[in-house]
Amino acid sequence: MSAEKFKEGKGVLIDQNWFQSWHKLKQPRPPLVKNILVAFFAGGIVCLLGQFILNIYISLGVPVEQAGNPTVATVIFLAALLTGFGVFDNIARLAGAGLAVPVTGFANSVTSMAIEFRREGLVLGTGSKMFALAGSIIVFGVVTAFVVGLISALI
Amino acid sequence: MGSYFTAFLIGGLICVIGQLLFDLTPFTPGHILSGFTVAGGILGGIGVYDSLIQFAGAGALLPISSFGNALAKGAMSEAARSGILGVLTGMFELTSTGITATILFGFFMAVVFKPRG
Repeated sequence: MSAEKFKEGKGVLIDQNWFQSWHKLKQPRPPLVKNILVAFFAGGIVCLLGQFILNIYISLGVPVEQAGNPTVATVIFLAALLTGFGVFDNIARLAGAGLAVPVTGFANSVTSMAIEFRREGLVLGTGSKMFALAGSIIVFGVVTAFVVGLISALI
Repeated sequence: MGSYFTAFLIGGLICVIGQLLFDLTPFTPGHILSGFTVAGGILGGIGVYDSLIQFAGAGALLPISSFGNALAKGAMSEAARSGILGVLTGMFELTSTGITATILFGFFMAVVFKPRG
């Protein structure tokens, strides 16, 4: 509510958006068992779909050992597209870890940051903030792989 | 490489581990997903993750732990081929597709779609 409106006596005392967000906070959290079942089925379905895509690439003649790469890229594309259309967040809110743990969550965090910071420009916004959330996954993955690779090279 | 049943089962179970960590620990999703990547890297280092992919196909390939496994495998196999510097040169050998796809699709979506709200 703007100060001018309030002075003119046109405003209401309770900000509508604030009330809605407060109301959501007050709702009880969904029970753990339900969350687990939803995550299991959502994650299972994502991987089932991935297996379908994997089998398509294998049947197209991609060697079995290398078919994982185009499969991951396809799933990343689908997640990025759903994020662009604004659908992903609605599904992810229901699916919880079922969509966050597969590479869909990684793609979603990069794409949503890329879109959100577009308003700060393609270079300083999209380009530099794209990995603001997903960057830690790459950093800790690389540090782990460096240690693992070093140990394997030395023994 | 995996069947529809094993992909569904193992993929679902890995997500259940994630959901348990989301709900029962104070860590943020960023912490937990980084933890998955680290765990994948370690399991890849001891050679367990590859067997899981053989068994579950996309069920082990799609969870983010697979990213840690692919980084570790790339570093290890290049180190075995060309010595200790291979840890650096081989690091992104296997994950290049995923990283490139993420950057490209993320960028193009930002060009095409307007921010909301």
